[in-house]
Amino acid sequence: MSKKYGFSSMLFASVVAATALIAGTASADNVRIAMVVKNLGNGFFDAAHDGGQEAAKELGNVDLIYTGPTTPTAEGQIDIINSLIAQNVNAIVVSANDPDALVPITKKAMSRGITVLSFDAGIAPAGRLFQINPSKADLIGRKQIEMASKTLGGTGEIAILSATAQATNQNIWIKEMKKVLATPEFSGLKLVDVVYGDDQSDKSYREAVGLFRKHPDLKAIIAPTTVGITASAKAVTDQNLVGKVFVTGLGLPSEMAGHVHSGAVDTFAIWNPIDLGYTAVYAAYEIATKKATGKAGTTVPVGRMKEITIDDKGEAAMSEPYVFDKSNVDKFAKMF
Amino acid sequence: MRRLLQRRENQLAAIIILVVGLITLRAPVFLSMGSIDTIMTDGAILTMMALVQMLAILTRGIDLSVSANMALTGMVVALLSKDHPEMAVTATIVLALGLGLLLGAINGVMIAYVGIPPIVVTLGTMSIYRGLVFQVSGGAWVNAQQMGSAFIAFPTTRLLGLTAIVWIAAVMVAAIYLFLNHVRKGRELYALGGNPTAARYVGINNTHNQMLVYSLIGLVSGLCGYLWVARYAVAYTEIALGFELQTVAACVIGGVSMAGGRGTVLGCVLGSVFLVIIFNALPIINVSPFWQLAISGAVILAAVVLNSRSERSKGKLILKSAQLAAVRGTA
Repeated sequence: MSKKYGFSSMLFASVVAATALIAGTASADNVRIAMVVKNLGNGFFDAAHDGGQEAAKELGNVDLIYTGPTTPTAEGQIDIINSLIAQNVNAIVVSANDPDALVPITKKAMSRGITVLSFDAGIAPAGRLFQINPSKADLIGRKQIEMASKTLGGTGEIAILSATAQATNQNIWIKEMKKVLATPEFSGLKLVDVVYGDDQSDKSYREAVGLFRKHPDLKAIIAPTTVGITASAKAVTDQNLVGKVFVTGLGLPSEMAGHVHSGAVDTFAIWNPIDLGYTAVYAAYEIATKKATGKAGTTVPVGRMKEITIDDKGEAAMSEPYVFDKSNVDKFAKMF
Repeated sequence: MRRLLQRRENQLAAIIILVVGLITLRAPVFLSMGSIDTIMTDGAILTMMALVQMLAILTRGIDLSVSANMALTGMVVALLSKDHPEMAVTATIVLALGLGLLLGAINGVMIAYVGIPPIVVTLGTMSIYRGLVFQVSGGAWVNAQQMGSAFIAFPTTRLLGLTAIVWIAAVMVAAIYLFLNHVRKGRELYALGGNPTAARYVGINNTHNQMLVYSLIGLVSGLCGYLWVARYAVAYTEIALGFELQTVAACVIGGVSMAGGRGTVLGCVLGSVFLVIIFNALPIINVSPFWQLAISGAVILAAVVLNSRSERSKGKLILKSAQLAAVRGTA
């Protein structure tokens, strides 16, 4: 690290330390947990912060420090974590801008007895105790089929409109959806097609229209991708199929609110950043106060989110995706 | 009959009819009124953009920045609509035209006055404009509920049964047809592409014409940027990514010579229609997504092969092609 760099990070560290001193005067033996996000001013992380505060309030003796760089860089996060080590916080939860670049600094933090967890975007295994994923493939696949089934009353033809044919995440979710569809619970749903919109609105739109033409009895399109779900919803509206064909899948509330109100979308889902922030802070508290170990194969209680189980790769899945509909989409659309 | 079939446009029209027939055999729904309406609306933007791309190609140039121009203009008007949802559609269109024109004029100045080859300039501005989309939007989307309702509704508003976007495309086809066939400046573009040296000797000003061409492209790109964003009711940073290649492909299929100086409005329109039909048919006739890209590519290559064969026999004498075009114009 150059001298110039060292000075700027020292300056930064002292500023952070000063603010932390002001905040930390409440009680000396409070558990101090820092949430380091990818960047400040990001609605998703602001919502995670809300969740973290909820956990802090519930736990009582927690001081939550919410911080992050102004632009999403690993360098900015390294400076911040450095200053947090200097302040001797009890735990740090990080959404990493780079899985590997943060490893040396978080290792240093752990060697000083600080609990380090990652959430949302993980740090490589060497640099954290465990990583909290918002969800996992089987839960994501199942939730989407459940939403379609609920909207259709359990019977009807459905189709999947995905991103590219080689998109890893989407393909895993589609595989899980097919598994769920094979169970007797969803025997009324018939998957008639899987098409790929390449995450381009024009191609996704054409594929959606193609589905209407090919399958006149189609009742629902499941689009596990944000461009696909908005393009499908617009195609349903344009082709006057609102009420006849429903679009569901994964999308952000801010992107979907209009289509939910038009009636093209009944429900859709995505991980809830509030719950994620809550879980991360709660789990960090449990580990920092030695109430749980966080070792592979063990569980960590996380308040209203029940508990998370650490798998053999040192990762834990929080819960199934959170469902949005007319009643709550506007509230969340303001956040992310 | 043989003479009729020798003309490229007629060949292409025959191929289109054949392809539509084959598709309809497999999926009769393809020829329904609703389907035709959807395809026309879908093809409008590609047709307009292919037509202006043809202007660049006629003068031995190319404009790779068209889709980035569309994305930037589309994003800017979407952001404006977000802040002022009550903004009149006419104001939006004027703004889109203006911003598009400005971006196109930047290309024009670099190409015509600074003298950098069009492919280099537009490759650069393609990245610059696309980068600016990130800059103005901060990477965030502008979503359906944030845009004004009139803003979104305009392209699909119906007039005498057809959507507004189709009418705009029809007017543009007519305007560019008149420009290229009956306006002196338009004829000059053919001369410039056919033989730039000879064109200069007879007093045709390349600089002015190039400036005009790239400004016109920008103007139309701006308009199409707005139409695209409104039609799909979402603006994000990757709007129309790779679309510039579709416009070039439509030109090539329509018989516009990449060597410049040759190409007709009818051919260009048919090329766009052909591509849009392929794009819309592939999802319906159950072609594996893994084959779709390869099929699109094969079609374009086949068109290029046909094109180069027809060019080889004719040569590229400017007077001859001007004469031919004149015959076509009166026929």
